[in-house]
Amino acid sequence: MGEVDPGTLHWLRNEMADCLQATVRTMPSMPVPPGSFEARRNQYSSTRILKEMLGEVPQDAFKLLGVTDMDLCIPILTYVFGEAQLGGTAAVVSLARLRQEFYGAAPDRPLFLSRTRKECLHELGHTFGLIHCKSRDCVMSLSNTVVDVDTKGRDFCGQCRAVVSSETGRGRRE
Amino acid sequence: MTMENKVRIMVVDDEEIVRASLSAWLEEDGYHVEAVESGRKALSLLHGKKWDLMLVDLKMPGMDGLQLMEEVHKILPEMLVIIMTAHATVDTAVKAMKKGAYDYFVKPFNPDEISMTIRKIVDHRKLVQENLFLRKELKKQFRLRDMISKNEKMLEIFELARTVAKSGSTVLIQGESGTGKELLARAIHDESPRADAPFISVSCASLTESLLESELFGHEKGAFTGAAVLKRGKLELAQDGTLFLDEIGDISLKLQMDLLRVLEQREFRRVGGSELISISSRIIAATNRDLAAAIEEGKFRADLYYRLNVISIRIPPLRERKEDVPLLVDHFIEKFNIEMGKEIRGVSETAMRILVDHDWPGNARELRNVIERAMVVAKGNVVTEPDVSLPSSASGPDQRGKSLEEIEKAHIRLVLGENQWNIVRSAQALGIDRVTLYNKIKKFGLKKEGPPPKE
Repeated sequence: MGEVDPGTLHWLRNEMADCLQATVRTMPSMPVPPGSFEARRNQYSSTRILKEMLGEVPQDAFKLLGVTDMDLCIPILTYVFGEAQLGGTAAVVSLARLRQEFYGAAPDRPLFLSRTRKECLHELGHTFGLIHCKSRDCVMSLSNTVVDVDTKGRDFCGQCRAVVSSETGRGRRE
Repeated sequence: MTMENKVRIMVVDDEEIVRASLSAWLEEDGYHVEAVESGRKALSLLHGKKWDLMLVDLKMPGMDGLQLMEEVHKILPEMLVIIMTAHATVDTAVKAMKKGAYDYFVKPFNPDEISMTIRKIVDHRKLVQENLFLRKELKKQFRLRDMISKNEKMLEIFELARTVAKSGSTVLIQGESGTGKELLARAIHDESPRADAPFISVSCASLTESLLESELFGHEKGAFTGAAVLKRGKLELAQDGTLFLDEIGDISLKLQMDLLRVLEQREFRRVGGSELISISSRIIAATNRDLAAAIEEGKFRADLYYRLNVISIRIPPLRERKEDVPLLVDHFIEKFNIEMGKEIRGVSETAMRILVDHDWPGNARELRNVIERAMVVAKGNVVTEPDVSLPSSASGPDQRGKSLEEIEKAHIRLVLGENQWNIVRSAQALGIDRVTLYNKIKKFGLKKEGPPPKE
């Protein structure tokens, strides 16, 4: 959504394919829906972006993950790392707050990629129907801050993994 | 977390986008969320479902957030309400908190802030549930079927009842009206190997001599005018089970004689019949009278008394076990909540103090009636002082009387009871010397209550 570094997208595609054992395709970039811009907050509404994305889901796609550099928010929260339809099709992740630069620190690409991978898996996990996991070792554990993202595990725990596997299996059959 | 255990959150906001995004965000955390656009809708959702938390927008057309919170708290005073607002001022925040909001959030809020607050509420809720569970477990130790007590004497009685239940011995239960003599008899029956056979109860005081006779022994067809069909008596109906003879102290001397024969020979004849029917039921008798005194007065047969008094249990009146009042109050509230379909959570501190201070001449039964009435009139989900209506202590069933002499007698009896009939201590408490106290005991014919001496 909008301009995103192709290198990051390429890396992410391989990571998602590997982790979810699924075919992952990168779609041509689509513009960030202008209606999603919240001028007063200089942020984009993730809820509105999700709505727009739903009209763009290709026929052969099981899930659609939007990746954007824009800072996302919902009306009641100052920011969100992403939003997903619980048990639905679409999810969106913002890279803005996953970069060390956002917090005035020096760039750290490996850390940024690690966070990106976790948040993308996390939001996709919601589309598989998963809610926040109690285990801090699980990527589905709640993360409101980058510290939360950094301290939680990089993969699904056994139970969450089982749900994801059964859902991706269903996706392949469909 | 299972579906039943899911924390239930109600979101009330007039903006669709707020409702949708907040619900979605909370659902990702595993909560059950329902969102409505107005205070009126929120109130209608309140009935019938249990909610753990309400997130309410301050500014809404019609009923605003604070008005809604007030209405909610009228029905559910303990409901946790978080007020949300886009236009924060210290004034509104203070006002919201003063009116009973659990917290106050300014939109947009930090994801961490709301997460932590809700987690805190959930943890608190878990603790409350755990506490309730443990209290229930603890209560089981203080129970005998439908009876409940923490009093040492009562716990001994429960223990004795459990032991006695295993045998077939006759039991005599003594105690004032309303102390639960029939409940204890039923408990003994339910704990006994006879539990599957009938428990038959006869109130001896309510029937005339001849009616009671036919009630107990039954009659043959044509035994007397009006006896058109054969009727089996309670003694026969209670076969293999338990026959409970309530107010045994009130039966006539002739019936006492008949009953004694039944107890001795374990067989009887129906009125007007010749066939001997053997009895296999256990007899439990009860009375609120002082049978020892009745024997002295020649109103009760000593031999029947000893026949009945194989195992003797005296239930102490409620005023001698005040520690049971709060326990019984909880017990009755739980019971009537189910019967009345109410959700009363308890009684206020002041109301409880009044209940504990009362003398309860009608014992647990009186307390039960007072709680039942209070729950009918209670407006909120807590029984408060005005709901509790107690007769003034002089108008109870066990009136202490109005003359000075009667009051003196009752007071001396009370003090003696409180001091376990220790004359020195009682005299000290009354501010008189021992000889005077002895004289007064004699004058008023006061006697120590409790099991009479064995033969």
